[in-house]
Amino acid sequence: MNYDLVIIGGGPAGLAAAVAAKEEGIDNLIILEREEELGGILNQCIHNGFGLHTFKEELTGPEYAQRFIDKVNELSIEYKLDTMVLDITEDKTIYAINPKEGLLEIHAKAIILAMGCRERPRGALTIPGTRCSGIMTAGAAQKFVNMKNYMPGKEVVVLGSGDIGLIMARRMTFEGAKVKAVVELLPYSSGLKRNIVQCLDDYNIPLKLSHTVVNIHGKERLEGVTIAKVDGNRKPIKETEEYIPCDTLLLSVGLIPENELSRKVGVELSPVTGGAVVDNHFQTSVEGIFSCGNVLHVHDLVDNVTLESYSAGKNASKYLKGQLRKGETIKLKATDGVRYTVPHFINPSTIEKDITVRFRVGDVFKGAAIAVYFDDTKVLNKKKRILAPGEMEEVKLASDLFSQYPGVKTITLKVERS
Amino acid sequence: MYDVVIVGAGVVGCAIAREISRYKLKSIVLEKENDVCCGTSKANSAIVHAGHDALPETLKGKLNAKANLMFDKLAEDLDFHFRRNGSLVLCFDEKDMDKLYELKARGEKNGVPELQIISGDEVRKMEPNVSDQVVAALYAPTGGIVCPFNLTIALAENAHVNGVEFNFNSEVINIKKLEDGFEVKTKDKTIRTKILVNAAGVYGDKLNNMVSKHKFTITPRKGEYNLFDKYVGNLTDKTLFQLPTKLGKGVLVTPTIDGNLLVGPNAVDIEDKEDVSTTREGLDDIMEKASLSVKFLPKGNIITSFSGLRARSEKDDFIIGEAPDVPGFINASSIESPGLTCAPLIGVIVSDIIKEKLNPKLNENFNPKRKGITRFNDLSLEEKKKIIKERPEYGRIVCRCESVTEGEILDAINRPLGAKDLDGIKRRTRAGAGRCQSGFCISRTMELLHSELNIPPTEITKFGKASKILVGTNKESI
Ligand SMILES: Cc1cc2nc3c(=O)[nH]c(=O)nc-3n(C[C@H](O)[C@H](O)[C@H](O)COP(=O)(O)OP(=O)(O)OC[C@H]3O[C@@H](n4cnc5c(N)ncnc54)[C@H](O)[C@@H]3O)c2cc1C
Ligand SMILES: Cc1cc2nc3c(=O)[nH]c(=O)nc-3n(C[C@H](O)[C@H](O)[C@H](O)COP(=O)(O)OP(=O)(O)OC[C@H]3O[C@@H](n4cnc5c(N)ncnc54)[C@H](O)[C@@H]3O)c2cc1C
Repeated sequence: MNYDLVIIGGGPAGLAAAVAAKEEGIDNLIILEREEELGGILNQCIHNGFGLHTFKEELTGPEYAQRFIDKVNELSIEYKLDTMVLDITEDKTIYAINPKEGLLEIHAKAIILAMGCRERPRGALTIPGTRCSGIMTAGAAQKFVNMKNYMPGKEVVVLGSGDIGLIMARRMTFEGAKVKAVVELLPYSSGLKRNIVQCLDDYNIPLKLSHTVVNIHGKERLEGVTIAKVDGNRKPIKETEEYIPCDTLLLSVGLIPENELSRKVGVELSPVTGGAVVDNHFQTSVEGIFSCGNVLHVHDLVDNVTLESYSAGKNASKYLKGQLRKGETIKLKATDGVRYTVPHFINPSTIEKDITVRFRVGDVFKGAAIAVYFDDTKVLNKKKRILAPGEMEEVKLASDLFSQYPGVKTITLKVERS
Repeated sequence: MYDVVIVGAGVVGCAIAREISRYKLKSIVLEKENDVCCGTSKANSAIVHAGHDALPETLKGKLNAKANLMFDKLAEDLDFHFRRNGSLVLCFDEKDMDKLYELKARGEKNGVPELQIISGDEVRKMEPNVSDQVVAALYAPTGGIVCPFNLTIALAENAHVNGVEFNFNSEVINIKKLEDGFEVKTKDKTIRTKILVNAAGVYGDKLNNMVSKHKFTITPRKGEYNLFDKYVGNLTDKTLFQLPTKLGKGVLVTPTIDGNLLVGPNAVDIEDKEDVSTTREGLDDIMEKASLSVKFLPKGNIITSFSGLRARSEKDDFIIGEAPDVPGFINASSIESPGLTCAPLIGVIVSDIIKEKLNPKLNENFNPKRKGITRFNDLSLEEKKKIIKERPEYGRIVCRCESVTEGEILDAINRPLGAKDLDGIKRRTRAGAGRCQSGFCISRTMELLHSELNIPPTEITKFGKASKILVGTNKESI
């Protein structure tokens, strides 16, 4: 099998990328998705709040996905479901399997990686205690409740205040469970502000900041957890221990981009995001391989995933048409409170439009500003009332900046207190 | 009337069961848990020790090196994963060199072949990530690693296919000595047997003390571990032990047979024989000690932690053989490390005692071979193509982290002594044993258990008893 473009993953990222490429005239393309339907993680997100930016209305996850699935069908973009990609080689041969066709060997001219992310498990935090049942990730619980109509528990503690945890605290409450607390190690939540208000405050669920679970009790099914306050170094403080009886512990302690395939093909990964290192075309260190969506860096809002992936799809088609010139690249540096940027490099020779740089900060900053430096010259200062690690930020670099500062080597993003 | 009842389906009980299945004997294994390999056999270092540690006059010292050599043939016959990766006992101080030589001499006395003392630089040539503090090491090429679940399950399946019955959720609560044997009571039945084998792990003292005046006590000695992602599984290829010092016995750093990295264990005496919880202090302690062995310990890549209990009696050695005052009651007790390694040989020893006593006929139908579950991930591209064509279920990945297919899970459920719960599937196939620890595959795996065994989803457990995953349907409790 030969394709110009193969898109791995049929979540919002893969769908938007496919639509964009098709619109740019790439006809010989295919989406490979391992689930039995397109839509990715959105299929289990039945709450609303998706698409405020893209469609100016509040959709549920499946509704949002459906708009793109319809578009994919309208454009007659080919896709294979129940098809898992196992391996990619350097010459862009893709090995995938499905029960009907067996092992597929697909040769591609360009590839877009859109595999999404997965949740960190208990072990990643080495929470001590027993290994009973009743402990699962918030996403796994979401799947049981939203897609299978099964309750994973009745008395719940949520560890971690990521968005999925917050949303599941509310969902479990709706379905008849008692959510006793959401426990967060950091002094601030890693979730969106609106989720804290709508999912916790509205239901009187306590959010315990600077707390963590220090012990897990119960031989067979979970019987309770011990939580404790943590000090500035995030170490539990002894006398603050508190036992909370519960039969369920849901973990919302971070998402990790699913880059097993990217590793196999030698794509350079960022130790900060866990996603690929890309340039402003979303091209990875391996020529002709692009990356977008949660596999590139974890997003809060699907709208951003769509925008980013649309752009990745366009750039992949440019690559296929030979329009992505190689050239010197400018490095983007994240310091002073900025944790990372995407892209990590900019190739100035092919800049047509403004470049969106997405990033996250590493702490909560009030009344600060984001400053952008072209080498030593400050070119942009964006005041922010509040900056928080839970909210992805962006700055736009106008294309004429690059003609104004030819030969710039490094672009630096910083948080500056005003 | 049974000929033989074996109490305990750990590696020792299963090894004995498999050995006696060579004979025409009516025998049964009684296990209190939902599956085989639920006790200490599931939580240990999984090393097939070369045999230099134990003192030559102990049973441990006598059996270890000999048992080690049984593994190549056994792995071939029973199709479990085993590899002789070799082991190194690291010495951190010139002043301790005499102890290293002592260990080598002891090993040689125990019959360990090819032992060598090598310099620090030679060690680092072999294992570049070994710490610069290491001055020398004892190298044992016969040291190996094994999958303890695979080993135990393979022994059990083979025993079962050759005629041994297995009853699960059958805790032995009482034993009565009769004229010609024993009456063994579980909560739902009473059976009689000529011979009773005590392979009850940390509960070995309880069983022995029910019938024998030669009492002993087993104090569980806990050992905790951290298991790391396969990304860092190649930190070392050989098993790295530490030479015991004033500060204690040290911990090991080793690859597992499946390519993860394993660090541990500590040693803490406890009272509760069921307490396999991990502790903050324990996990911190092993990490601190392990960092001595290697240049860099990739702390951010831990995927799970666990602990196991050593069955340690005051004798500080295996207790194998008939209780002196109770003919027909055979102990295979106090089997602490290197019990995993010695289990196949303990099987032979106990089986010989039984043979002597009952003089059974050979089982002409005994088949020494067992074929394991075909692992999709281990196949070549051509083999993958072929198997999906024959069995389309092999074309659907359920566990993404370990690339386990639906075909393998179905096989795990439907084979002899098949899996009945999530841990059973995990131990047979590795589904859920990877970096996401079942976050993705749990719901599909439960669907398969539900459809194959007709267990309602709300009754499916992690490991039997009350370890249910779901508590009901939505809105039920409103
Ligand atoms: C639980 C949850 C709640 C959220 N809530 C909100 C919200 O309220 N509002 C909002 O705006 N955003 C929300 N988001 C964020 C948004 O939904 C995600 O950022 C977005 O879905 C990411 O899209 P993606 O395509 O990158 O990844 P995914 O949606 O995860 O899609 C990736 C796809 O790739 C497939 N795949 C992966 N590997 C392979 C392979 N090897 N072979 C074949 N296929 C493969 C997967 O099966 C999957 O379908 C939420 C996210 C989550 C996880
Ligand atoms: C931390 C640690 C590290 C180790 N590392 C190694 C190593 O690297 N190499 C090595 O060779 N050895 C090692 N060992 C030793 C090895 O794991 C054990 O020797 C071996 O697993 C013991 O097997 P077993 O069958 O005797 O016990 P178990 O596996 O505990 O089996 C006993 C079984 O009996 C059942 N049972 C108990 N009471 C009853 C009852 N009344 N009725 C019914 N069933 C009952 C239990 O449920 C259990 O399944 C280690 C041990 C520990 C704890």
